[in-house]
Amino acid sequence: MVDHEILLEVKDLHVSYGAIKAIKGISLYVKRGEVVTILGANGAGKTTTLRTISGLLKSTDGHIYFDKEDITTVPAHDIVGRGMSHSPEGRKVFGTLSVEENLHMGAYTLKTHDEETLGWIYKILPRLEERKKQLAGTLSGGEQQMLAIGRAIMSKPKLLILDEPSLGLAPVLVKGIFKAIKEISSTGVTVLIVEQNAKAALKLADRGYVLELGKITHEGTSEELLNSTVIQEAYLGKKKK
Amino acid sequence: MDIFLQQIVNGLTIGSLYALVALGYTMVYGVMKLINFAHGDLVALSAFAGLTIYTSIFADGGTSIIAVITVFMFTAAIIAVVGVLLERLAYRPLRTAPRLSAVVSALGAGLVIQNSIMLIWGPNMKIFPSDLFPSTIYDINGVVITFTQLMILIFSSVLMIALYLFINKTKIGTAIRAVAIDQDAAKLMGINVNKIIMIIFIIGSALGAVAGLFIGIYYRGITFDMGWMYGLNAFVAAIIGGIGNIPGAMFGGLMLGLFNALISGYISSAWAETFTFMLLIVVLIFRPTGILGEKVAEKV
Repeated sequence: MVDHEILLEVKDLHVSYGAIKAIKGISLYVKRGEVVTILGANGAGKTTTLRTISGLLKSTDGHIYFDKEDITTVPAHDIVGRGMSHSPEGRKVFGTLSVEENLHMGAYTLKTHDEETLGWIYKILPRLEERKKQLAGTLSGGEQQMLAIGRAIMSKPKLLILDEPSLGLAPVLVKGIFKAIKEISSTGVTVLIVEQNAKAALKLADRGYVLELGKITHEGTSEELLNSTVIQEAYLGKKKK
Repeated sequence: MDIFLQQIVNGLTIGSLYALVALGYTMVYGVMKLINFAHGDLVALSAFAGLTIYTSIFADGGTSIIAVITVFMFTAAIIAVVGVLLERLAYRPLRTAPRLSAVVSALGAGLVIQNSIMLIWGPNMKIFPSDLFPSTIYDINGVVITFTQLMILIFSSVLMIALYLFINKTKIGTAIRAVAIDQDAAKLMGINVNKIIMIIFIIGSALGAVAGLFIGIYYRGITFDMGWMYGLNAFVAAIIGGIGNIPGAMFGGLMLGLFNALISGYISSAWAETFTFMLLIVVLIFRPTGILGEKVAEKV
């Protein structure tokens, strides 16, 4: 029933906050090894979609399949162990835990202490190693974002979900963050990323979806989306000639 | 000077008991942002349950180390189970409800436990046997310390150090702190928040149970409504130390115990409660989050 190439498939998903319908029947898929981005304005439902996929929110209708299994009703903490990791919007690092403790929490589902992954994270995000004994709340915004990503890959996920990794960061930091994401994806980790910075996201991604008011309005390869005039006007800030 | 040192010993004894109870309040508050008003009544329940276990099992066999240890272990286990049930029945259904609803539910649960104690054991004071611990008295240069006091000081210190290490050095302990900071983020780490809350109630209730038994052994007389008084004092201790903060509860408990003892020794024990709440008000005016509260403000 499910294509073995497909790691994540969302079918006709509906999500409501009380009487307000936030997601009105979206379908999308992510293949193994791909980087897929979801674009859209504020309030389009991007974060809601991600939170539903990772189990923090319950859908009112529709199905979510991950790694050939239906995870629609599986609680969030069980989904992590199946190989999905979600770095949430606003970073949400544990402020009064040290950087190292935050990373260890990322590996909570693993039985053994994983020094190898920790070493690799310190290699691609060296700032974290310098500050490993510091409380996460004392880090700068950029460093907290690095920590949030590092923490998310500590569980060695098959799918890494990133929600607005560049939000509120200086351009020079954004570059570093995207470089790290590229590095992570090059090791075979599948990435689903939501970004305000549509250009950077499409450069990184293989494919993309455009979400508007809870519905998917466009989808295609990154090149198709980058060259589409509608997308250019709405999300890439280019004016009609 | 002798009075002073004597009151220090007495104050540390009762302060350790406050601290053990305060830990239950502060851990639940830290993780759920809920004041578990039924916690004091669990302490009272522990004293009654412990007394029944002791008299029914070891009534004629005399007292022994094994008997006392068995009473402590059994009682702590029973109270831990009651604590877990309390969370399941009175708090979990209200997890997403407004906070006031949960507080009302906590007050109601406290009344249920208190009245159950009265219905089971009766409204009159029960007296603990005096032979649980040897009646040895140590006299160190005029300062008197009883065997029971010594046991209270040693056992509560051991339990508090063990708890501190558990919370700060183990994986589960770190997960408890993570859940206290952000439940959603903790879920995304794969942490089962319900399980962590259950662990919190087990630890908090068991510590309260130990305190309840010590209160019975130390003061001898126990009443069905004693949970209110000890609970309130321990709650004040938790707030003075900084509610949600584990070292804060330990510090607040010891400080309140010392303060109470010194007021009782130098002014009058009738004034102890009055001064307790004056101390609370003064602390809240100058340190609204408690003496050790709020280490770091979180960055947004």
